[in-house]
Amino acid sequence: MPLPRTRGTALRHRLAELRGPDIAAKALDARALAALAANPGCKRRAILDGAGVNKAALASALGSPSVFGQSQFAFTRGNAFEAKVKADGGAELLRLVHEKLDRSAEPPAHARVPELTATGPEGRTARTALALREATETRGEWTLLDHPMLALDVAGSPAFLEPDAVVVHPDGSWTVVEIKSFPMLDGSADPAKVGAAARQAAVYVLALEQIAARLGDSDPAPRVRHRVLLVCPKDFSNLPTASAVDVRKQRAVTARQLARLTRIEDIADTLPAGTCFSPELPAADLTAAVEAVPATYAPECLSACELAFHCRARARASGAVTSLGRSVRAELGGLTTVEGVLSAARGESGDPDDPAVAALRRAARLRAEALGREAETLGNEAEALGHEAEALGTEAVAPCH
Amino acid sequence: MSLIATLARMEAVSTGRAQPAATVRHRRLSDRPLVFVPLTTAGEAGAPLGALVGTDRDAPHLLVVPQPRDRELRFAFLSELADVVLPYIDTYADDVEAAERGETDPETGKRVKVEVELCADAPQLIVPSRAGVDFVRLLGRSMRFRRTAEQDPETPYPAPPRVPLLGRWLTHFGERARVPGSSLLLAMTDVLARHWATGQSTLEDQHLGALLAWIDPPPLSTSLERGDPQSASTGAEAALRAELARDRDGQLLCPPAGPATDPAFDNKLLAPAIERYDRARTALAAAEDGLEADDRLGDLTAAEREIRALVESRTRPTWDAVWRGLDLLRSRLPEAGQHVEERWTRDRWSFTGHRDRVLAGEPPQPRRDDAVTAANKLAAREREQARLEAQEALDDPLVMAGRRLAGEAFAGEVTEVVMAYSEGKRPSPRPLVTVRTDDRPHLGERAKVFRSLGGKPQAAEFVGYEKAPEDAPDDGSALVVLRVLDKMGRGKEPEEGSVPEKDDLICFTLFEHEQRGGAKLPDPEQTPWTHGGPPGEQVPEAADALTQEDVL
Repeated sequence: MPLPRTRGTALRHRLAELRGPDIAAKALDARALAALAANPGCKRRAILDGAGVNKAALASALGSPSVFGQSQFAFTRGNAFEAKVKADGGAELLRLVHEKLDRSAEPPAHARVPELTATGPEGRTARTALALREATETRGEWTLLDHPMLALDVAGSPAFLEPDAVVVHPDGSWTVVEIKSFPMLDGSADPAKVGAAARQAAVYVLALEQIAARLGDSDPAPRVRHRVLLVCPKDFSNLPTASAVDVRKQRAVTARQLARLTRIEDIADTLPAGTCFSPELPAADLTAAVEAVPATYAPECLSACELAFHCRARARASGAVTSLGRSVRAELGGLTTVEGVLSAARGESGDPDDPAVAALRRAARLRAEALGREAETLGNEAEALGHEAEALGTEAVAPCH
Repeated sequence: MSLIATLARMEAVSTGRAQPAATVRHRRLSDRPLVFVPLTTAGEAGAPLGALVGTDRDAPHLLVVPQPRDRELRFAFLSELADVVLPYIDTYADDVEAAERGETDPETGKRVKVEVELCADAPQLIVPSRAGVDFVRLLGRSMRFRRTAEQDPETPYPAPPRVPLLGRWLTHFGERARVPGSSLLLAMTDVLARHWATGQSTLEDQHLGALLAWIDPPPLSTSLERGDPQSASTGAEAALRAELARDRDGQLLCPPAGPATDPAFDNKLLAPAIERYDRARTALAAAEDGLEADDRLGDLTAAEREIRALVESRTRPTWDAVWRGLDLLRSRLPEAGQHVEERWTRDRWSFTGHRDRVLAGEPPQPRRDDAVTAANKLAAREREQARLEAQEALDDPLVMAGRRLAGEAFAGEVTEVVMAYSEGKRPSPRPLVTVRTDDRPHLGERAKVFRSLGGKPQAAEFVGYEKAPEDAPDDGSALVVLRVLDKMGRGKEPEEGSVPEKDDLICFTLFEHEQRGGAKLPDPEQTPWTHGGPPGEQVPEAADALTQEDVL
């Protein structure tokens, strides 16, 4: 007689089924984390990331391959820089941590660098937790954890994360280190890239806090520092320089988004039985499976999610106004399709007492007046297009003169 | 995005073509712009891979760095770039006209007019996209602190002559590009997106190929020739092709406008070619006699030629696209006229000012501005932004429509003019003008409004709303009563044409047409301690420290 399955194992089985037979779960990488922050309300992304589906392979199988790729030049350079930073037992890295974050502590003359290899993400996570416990108990010494593996509970299932490094200070507190290969030029770096790095580091801080809370069952829980260390090349050189980045805000935002995430279990329950996202399935089956979960597409997805081109094609085909940008929605009230908006603007549909519809009609009238057209021709002027260019030059009259 | 812009985008979606977002051209385009299409090496901070640059669309200069990590080759590239860009700048530096500038006399402290030179025209740099503008700034930063052997014989790895000078100029162009409405350095995607609304988001508009596809889709016949009647019939499809279509080897048909390259290009084509080049170079260095060296030099030249061909194949489509964009802007939109010319004059002042600083032997722009300079720059940008917004609205009925929709302007017909006079010893005319408008301006009590009268703003004051007569149909229009305040001459009776007449169609704005300068900032020596105190004696900034493995 089979043992009654707990809720946890049931979910794990369900997610494995979604992933497809014999396909290993994909860890939540930096891009997935960015997508999480960029679009927390997207159920499609939530279930695919939660189940550890390889979205890049899925997108290719759907016929809308993602465009993310890494140049081998960037890859080589990034790896070389990280190796340089961590060379010599992490001496340079620890010096930077000491200088930027913890000047009152003993300078790191030598540091412990525990071995963290193990089989499988679960094994590595356990190994990391053990190393963290040991390091925290050995007061008065610096410890560098090189590529530890952390587990974070995302919407009811564990997601595996791999920070570049975690440093345990002599006072037992922990610091996340992010090593990036974009330059810090005259002390400042590209704000967009720093922002992305901070959001990523904030997720690691949250994961470390979960581990710290578990370690703290007996002793007071170790402190996870909310200032992370961002290490970048200095100016145009290959020399590392670092800056402390306060991630309290990003941490709070991410924590709130994680808490609000639609529970993966609930999404999984709405899927028809037998749904599977294995890239080996025929495109038609996959399309149906993907369509079974609603997506919340916005143009920001293009830089964060592998599936974005598929979702964009769908959004465009259905005429969704958000494919033009999220901000577009703000002024359109209940109108969600391009044709709906245009017909409301032309006065063919919509309630004139609705403020959004009234504003649209005013906008359409003003625009038509400025272009010297009739408002009713809005969007119905394929034949007039050719003449437009000439007409513009001569007929436009500035109202102010 | 305003509702009018949103509507334009939706029209574009529905018609499959970009729709006008302006009826006139709001940026100055030089008759002889210098187009610059750079490529950079992925992962490196500003290590150029190559560029197409020049003023002749049929004969661009192709500059290539066969091994981007090699300092010597990079210096050679920058030196060649200086040989193209600096002579171009110099042609504008010599042609001057006399102008006057207000200056404070150091002895009396009074404002006096000083005769100065003003360059008759200024150079214009055009890059494909906003990332290109950033790259110009980065190149400028990487070069302007370099020392040449002449400046400092001790310097390790001296830069070729004129490279630091090019750095100072590129820095100036990059800095000027941050001033709203300036045209010294333009990104083609920004200029096109200012004038046309596409059926995609502003994020996707950053792709030059896709943007052009919406504005001017390739004619159906070209796609028919390709034997593919389905493709490129609408802007939407052409844009999708430009974004994503790849050839059989997985290379994008429309390479990104750069400076970043497509990873597939890096990995499949560029990396092997650079590797062959490196091998040929090592072999040449190891050659034992002249004959062998000649052979291997041949290999090296072949490897270099291959990289040049690769770089040209990725930059040429973008080069052509930039020129196509220029054609579209010139042929489809008339220049807005006086206001654009006025802003261009400010660019000429900016160019002349930097020319004078270089000639006077001043040091390169500092890494960080002092507090007063930074505050001045910020104030100037804010002022120029307000100026640009006002001028674009006055030049372009479509922009004005947006302001009217937002309640910041109103247009209508004059229904009544009643003469009235100010009280006082010398009564001046203060006529009351009633305007019927369908717009809904946000007029507060005694709010000031302005209209353009012969290019100058005439002010009026909001008096109140008049009740519509009982028999008038309720069409949602309002009767606005205004009191005209100025520009009517000195006499008791207003000058002819200075007061609106009945049945005139006029447009008033709630925003001012001309921008006043803000409060004067203290001299740098008087910087308060809250802002870091006086900057102290200026010391020449040291060049960046160099290390063996530096990439730039």
